[in-house]
Amino acid sequence: MVPIGHYLVLASVLFAIGAGGVLLRRNGIATLLGIELMLNAANLVFVAFSKQHGSLEGQVVVFFVMAVAAAEVAVGLALLVAIFRRLQSIDVDRLSAMRW
Amino acid sequence: MEAIIFYAAALAAVASALVAVAHRNPVVNVLALIVTFFCVAVNFALLGADFLAGAQVLIYAGAILVLFLFVVMLLGAPTVSGEDNPRPIQKTLGTFLVALVAAAGFFFFRSFSHTGLVHPDFGNTTLALGRLLVGPHLFAFELVSVVLLSALIGALVLVKRKH
Repeated sequence: MVPIGHYLVLASVLFAIGAGGVLLRRNGIATLLGIELMLNAANLVFVAFSKQHGSLEGQVVVFFVMAVAAAEVAVGLALLVAIFRRLQSIDVDRLSAMRW
Repeated sequence: MEAIIFYAAALAAVASALVAVAHRNPVVNVLALIVTFFCVAVNFALLGADFLAGAQVLIYAGAILVLFLFVVMLLGAPTVSGEDNPRPIQKTLGTFLVALVAAAGFFFFRSFSHTGLVHPDFGNTTLALGRLLVGPHLFAFELVSVVLLSALIGALVLVKRKH
């Protein structure tokens, strides 16, 4: 029987890797992939505690997270395509038109 | 047996997640993340969430990452030059955040490492999840359809060429 702490450590490691990807990469696609990885780490914690408490409410939340992630990816990728058409690049550091 | 599957899936998930964020080729990033999501689906199955394990494979690995792959191909697998030398602020922030999350993971490990997963299996969760979705969570369930519709319209407007 795997204790719940091991699932939480795995989720923390995955979240840290995703956050590192968002902070350290300048490629727009890699940034979105890091966000997906962080959402999955959060889902893993929800499912682990759903099992721990014997309640399905956590799994319902994971279902909603998946649906919202699908919407987020559609809009995010559309933004990337629009940015690429304008700048011929997806370097997020070049998006400085609104910088003060 | 369960422990062996868990540790193998966890190891594969961490290794492929590292490849997914560290490799310079976007195609490799997306394909490695598909492996990570499969390993997360294995963890869902181990935790007794059979419906979510299936949904993870179908929605995340099947739909979302194929959408990513489609956009990577559409844009011609663009890479960004100069990524090998990140800004100092990036390095500082990244290191700080990774250390913070590692500390949180250590705290979780200390707090919960003796807590076994005592509850019995849920059995087939699909029916119970469906009852919850159209019962107490009906409003949120309907709201998600509005969110998906607005995301669809937003994506269409964003990529529409102006004449």
